[in-house]
Amino acid sequence: MKSFTAFWNILLKDMKNYYLKPPNISWGIIFPFAWMLMMFIKSGAVFDIKNVFPGIVAMSILFGTTSMLSVTITFERRARSFERLLLAPVSIEILVLSKIIGAILFGIFNSVIPVVVSIFYFHSAVRHWLTLIIGIVLLSVISTLSGLFIAVTAKEVFEAQTYSNFYRFPMIFLCGLFIPVTQLPVFIRPLSYVLPVTYGVDILKYSISENNSISIILNLVILLIFCIALFYISIFNIKRKWIV
Amino acid sequence: MEKIIEALNLAKKYNNFLAVDNISFYVNQGEIFGLLGPNGAGKTTTINMLIGMAKINGGRIIYKNQDLTSKIKKAQRLIGVVADESNLYDEMTGYENLCFCGSLYGISKKDRKNRAVKLLDLFQLSEAADKKFKAYSRGMKRKLTIAASLIHEPEIIFMDEPTTGIDVASVRQIRNLIKKLNEGGTTIFLTTHYIEEAERLCNRVAFMNKGSIIRIDTVPRLLEDTKEANVIEVLFEPNQLNKNKLLKYLKEKFTDVECTLKNDDTIKVLSQKKIDIAPIVGCLSNKGVRIIEARLIKPTLEDAFVKMTGIEIVTMKKEKEKK
Repeated sequence: MKSFTAFWNILLKDMKNYYLKPPNISWGIIFPFAWMLMMFIKSGAVFDIKNVFPGIVAMSILFGTTSMLSVTITFERRARSFERLLLAPVSIEILVLSKIIGAILFGIFNSVIPVVVSIFYFHSAVRHWLTLIIGIVLLSVISTLSGLFIAVTAKEVFEAQTYSNFYRFPMIFLCGLFIPVTQLPVFIRPLSYVLPVTYGVDILKYSISENNSISIILNLVILLIFCIALFYISIFNIKRKWIV
Repeated sequence: MEKIIEALNLAKKYNNFLAVDNISFYVNQGEIFGLLGPNGAGKTTTINMLIGMAKINGGRIIYKNQDLTSKIKKAQRLIGVVADESNLYDEMTGYENLCFCGSLYGISKKDRKNRAVKLLDLFQLSEAADKKFKAYSRGMKRKLTIAASLIHEPEIIFMDEPTTGIDVASVRQIRNLIKKLNEGGTTIFLTTHYIEEAERLCNRVAFMNKGSIIRIDTVPRLLEDTKEANVIEVLFEPNQLNKNKLLKYLKEKFTDVECTLKNDDTIKVLSQKKIDIAPIVGCLSNKGVRIIEARLIKPTLEDAFVKMTGIEIVTMKKEKEKK
């Protein structure tokens, strides 16, 4: 119960101090809109929402969560307020969970706009709602954990932002967001399959148009393995680097 | 008296640098224990090992007769920590910060609200309770940081340089609060580079330098060593001459005295024999020093520290300011 109180209040503090701040909420709304508008203008009247929908959802989650978590943690570490959390009598696992849940929720919120616009404006049909929801949640988790991984590596806020960009931008091209992995040059494809977002996007493609290239079960299993591995690697790194 | 903390042969290495070299000490329940030393002496590393923020490379840590070396998380409920920087959340008010810190220890909402109000009152911050932390003055920030370390009513508080970099009025208030807390039964582990602060507050003091503890004792006992000494303090107009040359000159002239620079404008002359003020003043005047005041004073803990460590107080203060 005591650990839960700590967990819950860290989560509430992060939501209030970071995620529910007007600039972040507006980012979550404007960013997916901007991408959809860009696609709409580019494609003109023949805008095929089914093809771009998974990419926009994945981009919104990826860009919203990775930098948010890495920047907030690095910021708290610089201000040394993160030390307070490390000094609390709660396990590092609970502490990490409380820090990442906020970012995961923020990622899910970022995905709502493209989903709503696609369905209500473009009348896009979702074939598998359950896998869509699972895909969105897993993509949020994996993007957040990537942000945590970056946070443990970065010492300064600008480093966290730089590393986040180095991590995210190649994914736009490598993970099948807008260009299917099967259409990439053969020598690049192995790199795509090393990146977890590839599997998340494939789940979204299945949910919208059943246009997936990997089996849905395999996608889920691989993403879960990535999530667990990144979580424990980050905890190991925190213990190794922050409690020196 | 019962030992509340025991450190046995604690050691810490950073790559090839030995930051803490096999130190052993204990802290009695209900006392104020001071750890004194210059920058790089190993004070913060020692605290960090005791609170679980640094891994230990050797030795044991015992809290209340329980060996918690490998289970330091268990000790974290017993302890409160005041870091050497005010590290609360800028975007939260004073009251919210205290409530949040209480929640980290699993305190119920009702209790943490009550405790936050009481602490704000105790630290005379009630009027600023709804102000954001970022709007606080440095002194207020320091006080709130100390208050936050007390929200879970710990038995031991670790304070790392609690009065560094704040105004004189806040320093006085914080020192009074430390005394008050201790009178209420809280054990206080204090690191400071203000030796007069340790002399005024601590029951026992450990002198630390280069990772080792040079001496641990009660303040009166540490003063014993310099009891027989005669100390003259000379205050002069600063920015005159090369101070190191001046010290060297004095040491040459008076072979049986120890001369140290207390501040940029104060020289301390210490001797085991009786010394007169006049020859020293005369000697300095001949060198063109404009003397403001020269007086015979009682030896202090500072003199004992200088005698045992050979470290100039002014160097220690400057190092801290630079930091």
